[in-house]
Amino acid sequence: MKETDMNENVLLDENGHRAAQQAWAADVRRAALKPTIGRTSVAWRLSVTVLGLIVLAGIGAWIYQLKYGLGAAGYNDQAFWAVYIVDVVAFIGVSYGGAVISAVLRLTGQSWRAPLTRLAEGTALVTVIIGALFIFPHLGRPERFWEIPIFVNTSSPLFWDFMAISTYVLATVIFFYLPLIPDMAIVNKTLGRADRPVLYKIYKVLSLKWMGSERQRRMLHSVLTLISLIIIPLAVSVHSVLSWAFATTSRPGWMETVFPPYFVIAALYSGTALVIVVASAFRKGYHLERFITKRHFVRLGYIMAALGLVYAYLTIADLMSEGYTGITSGWIRETISGRYAIPFWFYVLAGEVLPIALVAVKKTRNIKGMTVASIGVVIALWIKRIVIVLPPVTQPLIGSYWGTYHFTWVSITITLAGVAAIPLGLMLLFRVLPVLSIEEMEEMGELGSVEQVSRETLEAQKHLPAFAYANGNGNGHVNGNGVGMPEKEVQL
Amino acid sequence: MRKLSKISKQASDELDLIPAESCASSVDGQACPITSAALVEESANKEEKDLSRRRFLGMFGAVAGATAVLGTGIELLSYRAYAQSLPKTNNWTGNSGMTGSGAADMASTVAPPTHQWAMVIDLSMCNGCGSCTAACQKAHYLTPDQTWMKVFTLTNSVGQTYHLPRPCMQCENPPCLHVCPVHATFRQDQGVVLVNQDRCIGCRMCMAACPYEARYFNWNSDVKYPPIPVEATPEFPVPQRLGTVGKCTFCVGNLNHGLLSECAAGCSMGAIYNGDLKTDVAVNGMGTTVKLSKFLYEKNAVTYKPEQNTHPRVWYILGAGQDLSADASAAKS
Ligand code: SF4
Ligand code: SF4
Repeated sequence: MKETDMNENVLLDENGHRAAQQAWAADVRRAALKPTIGRTSVAWRLSVTVLGLIVLAGIGAWIYQLKYGLGAAGYNDQAFWAVYIVDVVAFIGVSYGGAVISAVLRLTGQSWRAPLTRLAEGTALVTVIIGALFIFPHLGRPERFWEIPIFVNTSSPLFWDFMAISTYVLATVIFFYLPLIPDMAIVNKTLGRADRPVLYKIYKVLSLKWMGSERQRRMLHSVLTLISLIIIPLAVSVHSVLSWAFATTSRPGWMETVFPPYFVIAALYSGTALVIVVASAFRKGYHLERFITKRHFVRLGYIMAALGLVYAYLTIADLMSEGYTGITSGWIRETISGRYAIPFWFYVLAGEVLPIALVAVKKTRNIKGMTVASIGVVIALWIKRIVIVLPPVTQPLIGSYWGTYHFTWVSITITLAGVAAIPLGLMLLFRVLPVLSIEEMEEMGELGSVEQVSRETLEAQKHLPAFAYANGNGNGHVNGNGVGMPEKEVQL
Repeated sequence: MRKLSKISKQASDELDLIPAESCASSVDGQACPITSAALVEESANKEEKDLSRRRFLGMFGAVAGATAVLGTGIELLSYRAYAQSLPKTNNWTGNSGMTGSGAADMASTVAPPTHQWAMVIDLSMCNGCGSCTAACQKAHYLTPDQTWMKVFTLTNSVGQTYHLPRPCMQCENPPCLHVCPVHATFRQDQGVVLVNQDRCIGCRMCMAACPYEARYFNWNSDVKYPPIPVEATPEFPVPQRLGTVGKCTFCVGNLNHGLLSECAAGCSMGAIYNGDLKTDVAVNGMGTTVKLSKFLYEKNAVTYKPEQNTHPRVWYILGAGQDLSADASAAKS
């Protein structure tokens, strides 16, 4: 590989801001690479051990379930779908949030996205894999999974679920990988081969001879724009198809026209919330306070609150017509005032009222407030999925006997293992990969991370090509490629 | 279990009227009892009279009265309407037939489609004793939860209770089949919907899709089966496989060997008839033999949940105030 000096490109400075730029780049690299070099901290090792043990316990519980049957997980004939399908929907849902947040911010050229994209895309990657894996405990015969692509039944919604989820996993991997290409080259350049020969080799192969030439940049950015454009409708289709696994049955409560957007918005809502939780945790744990600031949390909080309102609207739309006519509304009665009332109203409080209030009140519109709000949303939306799945499953289609799903230690352990696998997966991921999107952050400059952008800075920024890449057009090459509007890149 | 051949023998002894042609393509060496019994019109008429007499003794009085009550306000697809919608050739292959790559090889163990199996359940006769469920569970070694034939006790709109035995409806347009991702559910050429438990991945999509709650999963590994000398087949899935789905098979093996289904044989009220749409005969556990189409037509038989567009092969004869359409909304109480 021809090792062009990255700094030549990165720090080309026409207006004498070279020193500031260099300092910023150094800071970014130090923060992004620190978790990947040297010995890990005690706290890191302790967390990985604990999380790893939880995941192992989940795998143990799954083996137990394989031996004794799904009955061990609390399933029965009048509760034939329950916690695992909820996990599939919820995990793939949060993944969607990460991917789409990152894609939308990319497409709209939001410079403040830079410190968040790697975390968001990493979250998307880890959660989509966990979500897809939850199909295995869901199946009674997981060892026959291979039959789905072999004995294809195109009229089965599950076949299309299979297609959609596998395409989406692939797209998420690509979406995670592309912005990593320049980063891996940067990492190899910065850290060298000496104490990490294996990783060095892998990075060298995966970074595809990246040198940071203008042609390469142009190509990468067109491809990134393209995949950002693709991943949004793709994710919409994944969640619509997932919802049709429910809505194509004739069960009251599932056979709802509102289901596809209902699932898509739920995914976005919970996904945005998880990005906030992850950003908050890694900001603290990986000392990224300088880069991820209150501004990021507040903006994500706004997006989350807007999605929360849309979701509340869809929830009402789902309940309204059937509840009013009362034709098949047994499940609605049980949801609102019957056996599923507690989880439902928990969702209303923790998943709608609390987060929206925390965003609305200026005093709580800060990092702590947004973190609390998003934790509430993530938990409440998992429970909301339970309320979407269980009432129609347990309702009687003949007669009046309601079924019951009993949570058992098996299903709880396996679900908790999935939850623990998120931070575990991310921590392991960022042990070998930079936790920040170095290239993007250097390109966006410090402005993406400042707490408050004053009008003067904004003005100044317009005339300072140093803040963007000086790659010929002075506008920063993302925008130079026709994506977004460079002059409005930094907004108040 | 009552042997059909005995009934048919009696019938044929009496009237000696077995048309050779209707038995022509039956399974090797097997009698063709339903067919022979069927066409004994006189006998059938006699039995029907018998039936009517019994119904007169029923708790809600005259048949005519009950029919009148039922005629009002119930929008069930009647057999009349159904019969009128059928093509004149009476080709009962249904509208979904066998689909899927696996269907062909699994069908090899069943007879050629000499028969198109159906069932008629006379609700006015059912007293809710549950013998059908018990007989079915015994024959298939089911757990107490696995009620392939389940008797629901329902309340109609005026507060009277009645009983609804619910087997698998063997839908001609089975939602369970359409949603199965691996063709583990298939419809063999006699119109019976079966599950190949050696292929089922246990996704339970079919349980979600069935509007009649007719499917039961094998949730637990602690079910004890006695040593069974034969291989489990889709027609007789015993022992059942852990982590797969099971359901009523119509006892299609019994039917093809000239025996009644376990539930029909076990019903001491004679409420359950096994029928064959091809030869147009139905027989119940009391030995009552009727001409199927005439029986369905005259009794104004209905299918359950016609709005689901499943086209069941199970017809119900409503008797005293059964109000099947009220059940869709469920759980009023
Ligand atoms: S009653 Fe249910 S299980 Fe039976 S064929 Fe119809 S949909 Fe399938
Ligand atoms: S549970 Fe088995 S029979 Fe039912 S849809 Fe899934 S694979 Fe098919």
